[in-house]
Amino acid sequence: MIQGETNGPLLSVRGVTHMYGKRIGCADVHFDLYPGEVMGIVGESGSGKSTLLNCLAGHLVPDRGEVLFEMRDGAVKDTVTMSEPERRMLGRTDWAFVHQHARDGLRMNVSAGGNVGERLMAVGARHYGGIRAEAVDWLDRVEIAESRVDDRPTQFSGGMQQRLQIARNLVTGPRLVFMDEPTGGLDVSVQARLLDLLRGLVREMGLSAIIVTHDLAVVRLLADRLMVMKDGQVVETGLTDQVLDDPQHAYTQLLVSSVLQV
Amino acid sequence: MMDLRENGPETATEMTDYNFAYLDEQTKRMIRRAILKGLAIPGYQVPFASREMPMPYGWGTGGVQVSAATLTPEDTFKVIDQGADDTTNAVSIRKFFERTAGVATTEETSKASVIQTRHRIPEEPLREDQILVYQVPIPEPLRFLEPSEVETRKMHSLEEYGLMHVKLYEDISRHGAIATAYAYPVKVEGRYVMDPSPIPKFDNPKLEMAAIQLFGAGREQRIYALPPWCRVVSLDFEDYPFEASKADAPCDLCGADDSYLDEVIMDDSGTRMFVCSDTDYCASRRAAGHVGAQGAIEQEGAA
Amino acid sequence: MIEIEGVAKTFTLHNQGCVVIPVMQGATLSVARGDCVGLIGASGAGKSTLMRMIYGNYLAAEGRIVVDGVDVVQAPPREILALRRETLGYVSQFLRVVPRVPTLDVVAEPLLVLGVDAEVARNRARALLTRLRIPERLWALSPTSFSGGEQQRVNIARGFAHDYPALLLDEPTASLDAANRDTVLELIEEAKARGAAIIGIFHDEAARERVCDRVVDVSAYTPRAA
Ligand SMILES: Nc1ncnc2c1ncn2[C@@H]1O[C@H](COP(=O)(O)OP(=O)(O)O)[C@@H](O)[C@H]1O
Ligand SMILES: [Mg+2]
Ligand SMILES: [Zn+2]
Repeated sequence: MIQGETNGPLLSVRGVTHMYGKRIGCADVHFDLYPGEVMGIVGESGSGKSTLLNCLAGHLVPDRGEVLFEMRDGAVKDTVTMSEPERRMLGRTDWAFVHQHARDGLRMNVSAGGNVGERLMAVGARHYGGIRAEAVDWLDRVEIAESRVDDRPTQFSGGMQQRLQIARNLVTGPRLVFMDEPTGGLDVSVQARLLDLLRGLVREMGLSAIIVTHDLAVVRLLADRLMVMKDGQVVETGLTDQVLDDPQHAYTQLLVSSVLQV
Repeated sequence: MMDLRENGPETATEMTDYNFAYLDEQTKRMIRRAILKGLAIPGYQVPFASREMPMPYGWGTGGVQVSAATLTPEDTFKVIDQGADDTTNAVSIRKFFERTAGVATTEETSKASVIQTRHRIPEEPLREDQILVYQVPIPEPLRFLEPSEVETRKMHSLEEYGLMHVKLYEDISRHGAIATAYAYPVKVEGRYVMDPSPIPKFDNPKLEMAAIQLFGAGREQRIYALPPWCRVVSLDFEDYPFEASKADAPCDLCGADDSYLDEVIMDDSGTRMFVCSDTDYCASRRAAGHVGAQGAIEQEGAA
Repeated sequence: MIEIEGVAKTFTLHNQGCVVIPVMQGATLSVARGDCVGLIGASGAGKSTLMRMIYGNYLAAEGRIVVDGVDVVQAPPREILALRRETLGYVSQFLRVVPRVPTLDVVAEPLLVLGVDAEVARNRARALLTRLRIPERLWALSPTSFSGGEQQRVNIARGFAHDYPALLLDEPTASLDAANRDTVLELIEEAKARGAAIIGIFHDEAARERVCDRVVDVSAYTPRAA
């Protein structure tokens, strides 16, 4: 991936901890993500992947820790302590969130065009023709025919819904994309198409991304780096192929040898 | 600006069965506080503890409670239902306040000091000594696209109104134009997006007026308000600007070409005519000698 | 260009009673620009393991592996990724690609990630595929459905798309016919001529003779059982 201009990390995660009562969601997570990097988070179900992702994306408030984000002007801000309006603004401009279930990330009673256009309108676009043209352009980029622009997502297949979700998220040119099991529930050929699309977009737009998945094939294809979680803790990190081909931690070795059904 | 004198129980002597205007004093004070808050934050939906009224929801219990808290014994009260003073709904609300508050009532817009309305703004410009009370079925303009109350409140507080334009976008993409003809959303004082109640969008420009406007939603327990001459902008797109449209015809009775018209089917053969929806406006124009295309015929027949 | 010093490797099998398997110790070698060094040694001696450590695919237990100034043993993932992008190419024994991506783009990708213009990158890919005798009608298809030999040639084309200053080649001529084997050796000679430092594993002795300036027997670094 092409590195961005700045030298600092886009995202610095420092000691992020989230508890559900006495139970650990995720504990003391540290990492830096640089512009253009794609990081995968793997681990079995319940290992804390989604909890961490939601803490990073501002959907959950961590009990401890900092999530430092480099804003467009170069200033570094802790998104945990920034004001809610500012965080929500990031949520619809600089960040994108692709949900596992399209229904969580789409407005099912709004046309495909309206779904893609929403973020544009949210940041002040007020020219119908312009919004629609941009929506059509984005539908094309995610391989949805222009003729479907007025159809609702309920009329789309699962793979198309995911692609629509991606278009809806990327239309404002975000810098950081969060994905929670983006290919979960799709059959293999549909997954492949989606992965290919994501790889292309990540490269063309110079996106940074954090992808949560339990599918090791997905991270091998998409992620530069990997973080392995177990019981809310990070047990291993490194280059994706290194972690998968020469795992150091007992748990990762189990995971890779697919003894574990994750 | 607004006359919010307390109406002590002594004013209700002739109505032994009821408190003045039906509601007890404490409730009216609570509603007045909500109204004042609404006026202080134009377009903001103030929650209030809606009371049971002796009429079903949908009959304007929100408007009735606001009227009850607003009326004084000296007031002259008018009720219109889609512009007309003589529908069952309008008549029963008028009767209700005649009985419970003993106030004078009128059908003449200019003589009324408090006007309760369902789905219209009178054609005659209102004055600063008048109050217009709207009955509101659904106060939340974002409800159509966002069912969660928690989320819509947050959207209002953070001024996240992109969704409002999504609704208009959907309109254009489906109908080729903004098809929303009623309850057309507005932005108030550059801050809150507000549902003006299901008035025709023809009435939207009139929302900037001299009179105080109060909006009451009974079932949803919300009150909101527009102080006089508050800035009210109808949402639109640059290439699909807002238009305050109406049927492209003059009133067949009074000839008015500037009033909102109802289309009325006259007989079994489908003869139709356009008449002012504001019955008082039409009547006073005809009294002043204005005659529309079919108004003359009617007079002949009457003669 | 490539400096290897005192490199050791052990595998710890946590889930098999924590067996620790030492596989390499004290590996030392250096490759200058324009040089090609062949790794030899019996099967299982650690040729591929050493090559994978140089690429950062396996984690070294000890020692230094410095490629163009970057110590792969210590460098954070980001630096290794940059090194792989710009400096260090690797032709593995097996092609690993995203399904559905056309062969032409598979080959052009190393240039695309460097920001090379898409048409320039595809032209380079076309030239390499032509030289390696991949019929043009296959270019638009994903190589996942190709024969083993075809996949290997696509893999080589991809590995030579960018003029890497350092190259790791794991049996690049295995399973190729004579003509294609000759083309691959030509490509290696051209890379050497432009100054690439190359480490290769060749079972084919004649090929080794032709391109390697010297050989290193990795059995020398096999740890002696204590
Ligand atoms: N809302 C919740 N309330 C209580 N515990 C939760 C909640 N969500 C997750 N957990 C617990 O936190 C841990 C991490 O879960 P999660 O983040 O969902 O993992 P993953 O995404 O890796 O499947 C698990 O023990 C899980 O049971
Ligand atoms: Mg999860
Ligand atoms: Zn008239």
